[in-house]
Amino acid sequence: MEIIVCVKHVPETAEVELKIDKTGKDIEKGGLVFDINEWDDYAVEEAIRMKEKLGGNVTVITVGSEDADSTLRKCLAKGADKAIRITDKRINSSDPFIIARILSRAIKEISFDLILTGAQSSDDGYSFIGPALAELLGIPHVTLAKKIEFKDRSAIVNRELEGGVEEVVEVELPALITIQTGINEPRYVSIMGIRKAMKKEIKTLSIDDLGLNELDVGIQGSWIQISEIYIPSVERKAEFIKGTPEEAASKIIEIIKSRGMM
Amino acid sequence: MEILVLAEHRRGEIREVTFEMLTKGRELAKKTNSRLSTIILGKNIKDKVEILARFADRVLMIDDDRFEFFNSDLYQHVLSNVIREMKPILTLIGHTSYGIDLAPSLAVSLNTPLITDCLDLDIQDGQLTAVRQMYGGKIYARFSAKKSESYIATIRQGVITPSEEALKGEIIELPPPSIIEPIKKKFIEYVLPEIGEVDITSADILVAIGRGIKDQSNIPLAEELAKTLGGVLACSRPIVDKGWLPPDRQVGSSGKTVKPKLYLALGISGAFQHIVGMKNSQLIIAVNKDPNAPIFNIAHYGVVEDLFKILPILTEKIKELKKKPS
Ligand SMILES: Cc1cc2nc3c(=O)[nH]c(=O)nc-3n(C[C@H](O)[C@H](O)[C@H](O)COP(=O)(O)OP(=O)(O)OC[C@H]3O[C@@H](n4cnc5c(N)ncnc54)[C@H](O)[C@@H]3O)c2cc1C
Ligand SMILES: Nc1ncnc2c1ncn2[C@@H]1O[C@H](COP(=O)(O)O)[C@@H](O)[C@H]1O
Repeated sequence: MEIIVCVKHVPETAEVELKIDKTGKDIEKGGLVFDINEWDDYAVEEAIRMKEKLGGNVTVITVGSEDADSTLRKCLAKGADKAIRITDKRINSSDPFIIARILSRAIKEISFDLILTGAQSSDDGYSFIGPALAELLGIPHVTLAKKIEFKDRSAIVNRELEGGVEEVVEVELPALITIQTGINEPRYVSIMGIRKAMKKEIKTLSIDDLGLNELDVGIQGSWIQISEIYIPSVERKAEFIKGTPEEAASKIIEIIKSRGMM
Repeated sequence: MEILVLAEHRRGEIREVTFEMLTKGRELAKKTNSRLSTIILGKNIKDKVEILARFADRVLMIDDDRFEFFNSDLYQHVLSNVIREMKPILTLIGHTSYGIDLAPSLAVSLNTPLITDCLDLDIQDGQLTAVRQMYGGKIYARFSAKKSESYIATIRQGVITPSEEALKGEIIELPPPSIIEPIKKKFIEYVLPEIGEVDITSADILVAIGRGIKDQSNIPLAEELAKTLGGVLACSRPIVDKGWLPPDRQVGSSGKTVKPKLYLALGISGAFQHIVGMKNSQLIIAVNKDPNAPIFNIAHYGVVEDLFKILPILTEKIKELKKKPS
């Protein structure tokens, strides 16, 4: 089984205060810690498990700057065989359609049975690139996978619907499947593994290598663009309870009691 | 001009997001002087068509065995033909499990700009603009799409309040597609969630934990608070993904929708998919060490603190109170 996994290097923002940069269209990235997109971590794990069971190769691919190498190395350390990074300054400000297009150009040159992507990226959250890439490659896709099995030249996929319901679908290979969290338990990487992975080569490509030029990428080629970003101001902001943990706990109890509970 | 809404239904029910989209569609139709149409594909859908006719100027329907279950390949085939012919300025699709499967490839096949997961959208001088969230809801962004004859947008569920309508829309039956190129994907069956031991939807008090609980070994701390309060333990998705609690404890779009008297959220950031399942709780108190966590936008009370500092004290104090005769 030849498997390609698309991975994105993203900032971890759950516990940090975000600031808007000078352009007003992006957040200040300096000082943020970057890692593999959560959904992609599950996708890489799924691919490696398939390879361990069925043989073959796992290739990870990303569109990003040189910084993304740390994410690619992590994937190699986990058991991916090859890594490709597409880097080009001209890609800046590209929308997800362009990213899908760039990925499709690079993947066309490789033979594969299966492509895995995350169900969404934790930063942009478009849930767009997987199925768009499949369409550009002319292959079928299944999104939000919670379980994948193979039967002959097909994959049997449980996909997540709302409210805990799933549907089982059968899709012919080659296909693209987007992975939902919880499908497996991603492995941790050992220091040894990472050290070994330092020696593996990361192949880099520019948009020229893919037969694209500056008119195809960036704002010119994009369907959509950000005009501004802002921190939401909302009507029902919480009333903050101040004081020591002791005082806060007492206040919480007071509130609960006043509502007739306890 | 025309605005088109794709009606979503599953297991005999029109899904709520359909009415939310029709409400937004109506607003934009008025603004742009457009006709509002909705399209439904399915098997034995007469009853649904009648409901939809109350909300739109036209209902386009295809009643055919092949549409008994959702299949994005089949939907794409039909919709791309309809959109090519009708050229709606805007097609609205739910940002749901179905819409996520369908919209991106449909947009690519039509070469029509798509904005996904919109909270709000507008058409200004024939151009689509939208508001969407980024970074798990910490940042909002205004988007604009490049000039085009036609746009597609997917709409986040549960954001727009659907309005009541009593129209008598025209019903138009479209011919089922004759031949469809070989379909590479087929529906097999639904898998319904197992019925678990506890029903978090009927509890008055929920203590809900998120990734902030850090480790499985800390869960008994929260469990004890829940017990002391006479409530039940619930959680956000990562806790279930890690296998620390069973799926029947998960609150949110892919879990349960709850409305308790008290929802105490500990170490939950407040991503939309979580909020949508608990925002109607009567009293929401959130403890999170990040003052900018989006959960504070919907909580009634917030404590910016390390949950491990609050949790044990809270449990102790309640235990003491319970000992005292009142
Ligand atoms: C299709 C789809 C469906 C989904 N369905 C659901 C769903 O049904 N339910 C759901 O919950 N999610 C769902 N999600 C996932 C959702 O997008 C979020 O990833 C998830 O809700 C985040 O969970 P969290 O808040 O526990 O974790 P995080 O976002 O990682 O937040 C952890 C929070 O804990 C705080 N924290 C950390 N340490 C401490 C401490 N010591 N004291 C106090 N606070 C602390 C941090 O500041 C942070 O705010 C879905 C996603 C997708 C794509
Ligand atoms: N820059 C990128 N490089 C490689 N893959 C990406 C990139 N951006 C997104 N993806 C893939 O597309 C998935 C969905 O991303 P999105 O459409 O942004 O929600 C991610 O989980 C990745 O697998």
